[in-house]
Amino acid sequence: MSDTDEPQQKTVIGIAFGNSNSSIAFTGPDGKAEVIANEEGDRQIPSVLSYVGDEEYHGAQAKSHLVRNPRDTIAFFRDYLGKSFAAVDPTNAHSSAHPIQHDTGVAFSVQEKTDADPATLSVSEVTTRHIKRLSDSAADFLGKSIDGCVITVPTDFSESQRKLLAEASKGCGLTVLQIIHEPVAALLAYAAREETSHPADKTILVVDVGGTRTDAAVIAARGGMYTLLATQHDYELGGRQFDEVLVDHFSKEFMKKHKTDPRENERSLAKLRLECENTKKTLSLSNSSQISIDSLAGGLDFHSSVNRLRYDLLSKKLVDQVVGLVESVVKKAEMDLMDINEVILAGGTSHTPKLALRIQQLFPATTAVQSPATTTTSLNPAELCARGAAIQASLIAEFDAEDIEQSTHPAVTVTPHLTKSLGVVITSPAGDDGKADDKVYVFLESETAVPARRTATFTGTNVGGDVLVRIVEAKKESVDVTPAKEAKEKVNGADDDEDDDDDDDEDDEDEKVIKRVTEVERVIAEALLKDVKKGAKVEVMLNVAGDLTLTVTARVVGGQGGVRGTVPGPAL
Amino acid sequence: MNVVATAHTLLAPEAEWSHDGAFHIIEQLSKPIHRNLEPVGPHYLAHARRKRHHRTFSEDDRIVAAQQAKNVEDADSGEISEPEDPLLLSRDPKDWKNQDHYAVLGLSKYRWKATDEQIKKAHRKKVLKHHPDKKAAAGGIDDDNFFKCIQKAMEILTDPIKRRQYDSVDEFADVEPPSRKAKGNIYKLWNPVFDSEGRFSKKKPVPRFGDDKSTKPNVEEFYNFWYNFDSWRTFEYLDEDVPDDNENRDQKRHVERKNKAARAKRKTEDTARLRKIVDDALAMDVRLQKFRKEERLQKDAKKIAREAEEKRLAEEAKKKAEEDAKRKEEEEAAAKASKADAKKAKEAAKNAAKKNKRVLRKGAEDANYFHPDGAAPPDVINNVLADVELLITKLDNEELDVVAKKLAGLKVADDVKGVLVDSIHSTIGKGSAKESDYKILLQ
Ligand SMILES: Nc1ncnc2c1ncn2[C@@H]1O[C@H](COP(=O)(O)OP(=O)(O)O)[C@@H](O)[C@H]1O
Repeated sequence: MSDTDEPQQKTVIGIAFGNSNSSIAFTGPDGKAEVIANEEGDRQIPSVLSYVGDEEYHGAQAKSHLVRNPRDTIAFFRDYLGKSFAAVDPTNAHSSAHPIQHDTGVAFSVQEKTDADPATLSVSEVTTRHIKRLSDSAADFLGKSIDGCVITVPTDFSESQRKLLAEASKGCGLTVLQIIHEPVAALLAYAAREETSHPADKTILVVDVGGTRTDAAVIAARGGMYTLLATQHDYELGGRQFDEVLVDHFSKEFMKKHKTDPRENERSLAKLRLECENTKKTLSLSNSSQISIDSLAGGLDFHSSVNRLRYDLLSKKLVDQVVGLVESVVKKAEMDLMDINEVILAGGTSHTPKLALRIQQLFPATTAVQSPATTTTSLNPAELCARGAAIQASLIAEFDAEDIEQSTHPAVTVTPHLTKSLGVVITSPAGDDGKADDKVYVFLESETAVPARRTATFTGTNVGGDVLVRIVEAKKESVDVTPAKEAKEKVNGADDDEDDDDDDDEDDEDEKVIKRVTEVERVIAEALLKDVKKGAKVEVMLNVAGDLTLTVTARVVGGQGGVRGTVPGPAL
Repeated sequence: MNVVATAHTLLAPEAEWSHDGAFHIIEQLSKPIHRNLEPVGPHYLAHARRKRHHRTFSEDDRIVAAQQAKNVEDADSGEISEPEDPLLLSRDPKDWKNQDHYAVLGLSKYRWKATDEQIKKAHRKKVLKHHPDKKAAAGGIDDDNFFKCIQKAMEILTDPIKRRQYDSVDEFADVEPPSRKAKGNIYKLWNPVFDSEGRFSKKKPVPRFGDDKSTKPNVEEFYNFWYNFDSWRTFEYLDEDVPDDNENRDQKRHVERKNKAARAKRKTEDTARLRKIVDDALAMDVRLQKFRKEERLQKDAKKIAREAEEKRLAEEAKKKAEEDAKRKEEEEAAAKASKADAKKAKEAAKNAAKKNKRVLRKGAEDANYFHPDGAAPPDVINNVLADVELLITKLDNEELDVVAKKLAGLKVADDVKGVLVDSIHSTIGKGSAKESDYKILLQ
């Protein structure tokens, strides 16, 4: 075969289109996703456009114009896409170009050209320009033109918003192959690292703490397929609020010295905000940070510093709110915090150590919390969406439009899911009355899309003789496994690092040890294997068809014959 | 195919397998729920490939399928909407202390019951509507007064401490207690009062006033709880502003002292107020009379029961005494009868013995005293009779009877002698006599 027979590989990228920042990524020949830096070397590219003189600035440069040129700088526009003027919250755009009513939607009025009337740029137009800049950066980096992209959006993006986004991208010549959900992209970024064709069934919580909002989603991962079980959003909680506590802190300090409030002057406030954001980012890495602003207000310079302890205290209320959101989304999914197997922290603000640690405290030690502060192997939380999008883009790069349309069609995506876990009853060892042991080995977790099939082997019995395979629907129950009263004192030791006291209190209160165990809820069917030798292995397969017909196969490994039975599906 | 090797052991059948074949169905699987798979990742794409094989999907399929799927995003709930009072909209934000924070957010009907979630949603709604940037953009006047009111309400209602302070003095949430003379259903009158007062309780759950079906322990617990009410209600919200310039330290301290005293006073008044409410409720609580009456009835019933019991016991005792007497009489009669019987038997035995003795003597006489020919000489007769008498003394009545029966009908002298000799041997065998005691029969 000659090289020319190889079809021309399409160049596709993933785009995370954020309200604050966007990022772009591609998947290399090794199948690994990589985030691309733009010409200025930024991987987190501020979703900001600024018009100064006759120039259009983008990204970090545009963001810096928030100080000198706020009215002609457009920021935080993503969430305005496809929304009516009445439905948008202009708060975030208060210190930049204000949204105005335009046709049925929202626009910005900016001095695009020095010697013309102000231009009215619809959100769609702004989006087109922003995506063009991202696409150009990617093309520049890869040295190839871009054939298509996958873009991530929040789970609450409506159908019409998605449509407008695809059109906006098309407007700059970039085809959108698919628009996918941010938390699912984040999940895919991590899932792609696991080198297995049979990924474990997990229930995953994705918490995305961005710049202007916080989104949480509970996702069932079953056989490598993902289903959103619940989502929750807080539109008034994000990195900006964390910046604001530092703004207030330093403003008070400044006032004490100079009797002027830098927050009262728009430009001073913009300066202070930008610097506070940098200070905040530094505090994610080190224990203290300097801040230094020339001519902050009234021609006075400002130099100060803050340590992490202080910052954690100042931002405690915000962290509490994130914790509250986490608890509420798990509740909304009708689950227990203990049922979450993995937590993925996404979004720039997830770099904050205290935030990650507080979330980790909510969960048992067996729940992995993926964030820089809690796991050394974590990915950069701000890059997850772009990576996931790039992985998805590479998977469908060669699909034609019809293929994609059909693969994402609700007739394919909408699938019956099991409402109960399905498994077989096992004997539990006698220790502590077997109270804390699983009574059921689960083959198919609840929320598994059907058709689905799982196979497992067991020891028949330890004595030999007949073996009963009892197929059941299972439920999870909390069991108190608190060890008998022991000297539990002295765990916290001397309070030498004088860490936030409140947390320690919470630890002390919560001394019960709870374990979740599977219990039988309903017996579905039984199969009998005769005269199985002591210690022989038995293989059981459960196969649930699309109409919920259950087929059970049980056989002795290496033996003859076996039992096969079918339970008809419930009337629908 | 992927096979998971588990370390678990299956069950042994608990009971005899009583079904045909080796597979037995008990129930069907639970009904499924329709959800949207995220069309992302290699495993999904494999699923899609399988599912759409040889199939195309029409727009209709899309609609039908999409309708089936459970939506995880909340539809914008319109539950929080109240008409906005023009007076409220023109409030001066500086006067925030007198502002009804719940009304500002449109949560008047929820008040202290509003959840954090509701407050968040309500706030967002108000922000979307009243943000000053929007009003300015729409050409309206640049008036952010009401927006400031909204932000203040949010600040207070989302801070747990500030919200408590405000809820403590939120008189719109108070429910006026009925006067003691109020007529009507006391449960309708009092339940709302205590439900409302209960918001200040440190202890949860707070027992309700209840209804006419409440049990006595319930009602007792209720009053116990409310007479020992542990309230978190505080009165900081009504503090006079403390001047915060450093120059006027004395003035500052003075105001602080005054505030502290005022809070304490209000707290005492509040405790007294609640006490009066509980007193009033207690005074009007017809259930207490009902319980007292029930108790009295119960007591009466007990007394009646006790008396009945006593009567029953007395009757029983009497009956028993009568029966005892009767039984005794019968026993005595029986004893008498048996005594007579014994006497008779004794006599009969005596007679029988006499008769038997006679048989023995007669036997000897009939056998001519075992003398071979002619009349037996008197010494022989004497000796034989002496031996027979001796034998008789050695035999008890039964033995005597046996011997007499053996003798009956015997005519031959040797036979008679034989029986007597056997009998003598057996008495000797028993050791009650010696051979030498007998004079003639053993020769
Ligand atoms: N290292 C860091 N530590 C703390 N906050 C950070 C860090 N890096 C970025 N952020 C914050 O994350 C926010 C942006 O997150 P991002 O996920 O890009 O937002 P969005 O989803 O709104 O586009 C900003 O508020 C930024 O200040």
